[in-house]
Amino acid sequence: MNKLIKKISRLAEGKKHLRLMEVCGTHTVAIFRSGIRQILPENVELVSGPGCPVCVTCDDFIDKAIAYSKQKNFIVATFGDMLKVPGSRSNLAAAQAEGAKIKIVYSPLDCLKLAQENLDKKIIFFAVGFETTAPTAAATVLAAKARGIKNLFMLSAQKLVPPALKFLLNDSAVKVDGFLLPGHVAVVIGANAFNFLAEDFKIPSTVGGFEAEEILAALKNILEQIDSGKIEVANEYRSVVKAEGNLSAKKILAQVYEISDVEWRGMGKIPASGLKMRSEFADFDIEQVAPIEIEHFNKKTACRCGEVLRGIINPTECPLFGKICTPLHAVGACMVSVEGVCAAWFKYGGRKLIWNEE
Amino acid sequence: MNEKILLAHGAGGKLSEKLLHEIILPAFDNEILNELHDGAKIGRLAMTTDNYVVRPIFFRGGDIGKLSICGTVNDLAVTGAVPKYISVGFILEEGFDFDELKKIVGSMASAAQEAGVKIVTGDTKVVGRGQADGIFINTAGVGEIIDGVDISAKKICAGMKVLISGTVGDHATTILAERHGLELPENIKSDCAPLNKMIFEMLSAEKNIAMLRDATRGGIAAVLNEIAQAAGVGILIDEEKIPIREEVRGVCDILGFDALELANEGKIIAVVPAESAEKVLAVMKKNIYGINAAIIGEVVKNSAGKVGLKTSLGAIRVVDMPAGELVPRIC
Repeated sequence: MNKLIKKISRLAEGKKHLRLMEVCGTHTVAIFRSGIRQILPENVELVSGPGCPVCVTCDDFIDKAIAYSKQKNFIVATFGDMLKVPGSRSNLAAAQAEGAKIKIVYSPLDCLKLAQENLDKKIIFFAVGFETTAPTAAATVLAAKARGIKNLFMLSAQKLVPPALKFLLNDSAVKVDGFLLPGHVAVVIGANAFNFLAEDFKIPSTVGGFEAEEILAALKNILEQIDSGKIEVANEYRSVVKAEGNLSAKKILAQVYEISDVEWRGMGKIPASGLKMRSEFADFDIEQVAPIEIEHFNKKTACRCGEVLRGIINPTECPLFGKICTPLHAVGACMVSVEGVCAAWFKYGGRKLIWNEE
Repeated sequence: MNEKILLAHGAGGKLSEKLLHEIILPAFDNEILNELHDGAKIGRLAMTTDNYVVRPIFFRGGDIGKLSICGTVNDLAVTGAVPKYISVGFILEEGFDFDELKKIVGSMASAAQEAGVKIVTGDTKVVGRGQADGIFINTAGVGEIIDGVDISAKKICAGMKVLISGTVGDHATTILAERHGLELPENIKSDCAPLNKMIFEMLSAEKNIAMLRDATRGGIAAVLNEIAQAAGVGILIDEEKIPIREEVRGVCDILGFDALELANEGKIIAVVPAESAEKVLAVMKKNIYGINAAIIGEVVKNSAGKVGLKTSLGAIRVVDMPAGELVPRIC
């Protein structure tokens, strides 16, 4: 490990200030927990990216989930993280306190049992996530179809990571010199799915695992690419990630979903970045079975989630951070999830969390 | 706005602290209470009380009954006392199963026997269906402080060693896994145990142990922060020395928890003079409840009031006081 740290320092020497983005929220937390920021050379800055699915779910979707949860005979099932995520005026936890039926699940597959135990109710799985969890949600739909379950539906706010990276690189406000690519997403879609980063944008990028040593190895690889000028999509998580990904998971994804343009919190509509259910599965898509209209509401707030999620500013530069926005009273979604950029910075970085050796 | 009690107010984190300092302490203010130790010291007498509301009431490694005795015994023991007498209060919900109650009372009796304490008084109340959840237990206990022992944050000084009596996070992980339907291997169970005999052995080996704390709610992260703040010192611990079972680490990864913040029911933190740290460690390791004990760090002069964690990379990050609400009804 010391060798890796030394190698990184040597590679960074004499280079300009480098901004490397860790895309995934799990990486953000792992980087803080292992203290990687403290040991990197001063000119290597790690910026956090948009890879926390809870954070990038926009107000309208939360509002829609709340609206469904308030309807008679509906139960909205979702991951625990989603409860406190602010919509435009409320959140699911508040709706629950007012009597809406909301159930926390740990896997979409739990919804099958929930549906069978509540035949008189419509169960909606509020699916939030990237390529990592989308196959399990799709498998749930396939299982429901196979078992003839008629009261289980999905509200899909699921998204794809590569289009978001493309979007960031086309945004002139975003300055990134390399990507630490999300290992879990790459397990499903394969390292090759990121080839456009090298081919179209000439940006060094490396798939990394989640142990401190694996993260350092990936960062070293990015710096080597910058140093040599040989830009590629490298894979430093080869034990788990294959070039072509997990073919059966990809097959399930293609079978159940089609790709759509979708709104990301703080970033606007990103082309071809959403997973919408195919018409063959319309019976399981709550938006097609029982469409609901919600009024779009523009929230006025000083929250700078959008810039945080694009890696333009660090959370500590937001005027609300740590003051009126804390995990106990989150203003922005990034402060809610354990893997949210702001929540991770609040818990491990920024503020007064500096160990003073003197 | 009229503030309401949230689950997090009972989670041993920042909100628990706020509740204590804004509502409880101003009302009851006195020098014994203000010490804020796990138990109160009244001359050579130690006294403590605790409520038990754990869900599920039966779990691998114990049940609410065993927990209610061990928790109070341990709170007395970390005050430097030999636990003697315990009182028990039951709040039962109408419809609660007779056999389950028998089982719970049975495990209370055997925990009390192991700890060498007598249950000498008690009370039972029954409330209507839906007005409680099955069974809640309150226990209180008194003990005699061992001669020459003075457990106090004031005695903590730089250079002292920080010890843990074994693997962290086992209790909370067991409860979480049962609630979430995760399968765990046989060896992962609640660490719920009476630690008074081990603590007595430790204090017999070294009377000058400065601090002992039961690392329950908020885990060692909360307890170490409380010690650092009370003593006005920094505490630097070494990540690689903290005993954590692989399976516990795995569950934490899946559910997004930090093992340092997870509740234990059979683990203590001890702050011990450096020269006797190895001796105390050896005594702990000889006891069945201290086999995995380890020296995990030391008290430092810098960064007063903070807890630092040296990671495997050699970087130091601050371990913050848990915000609370991780897992309601863990004990």
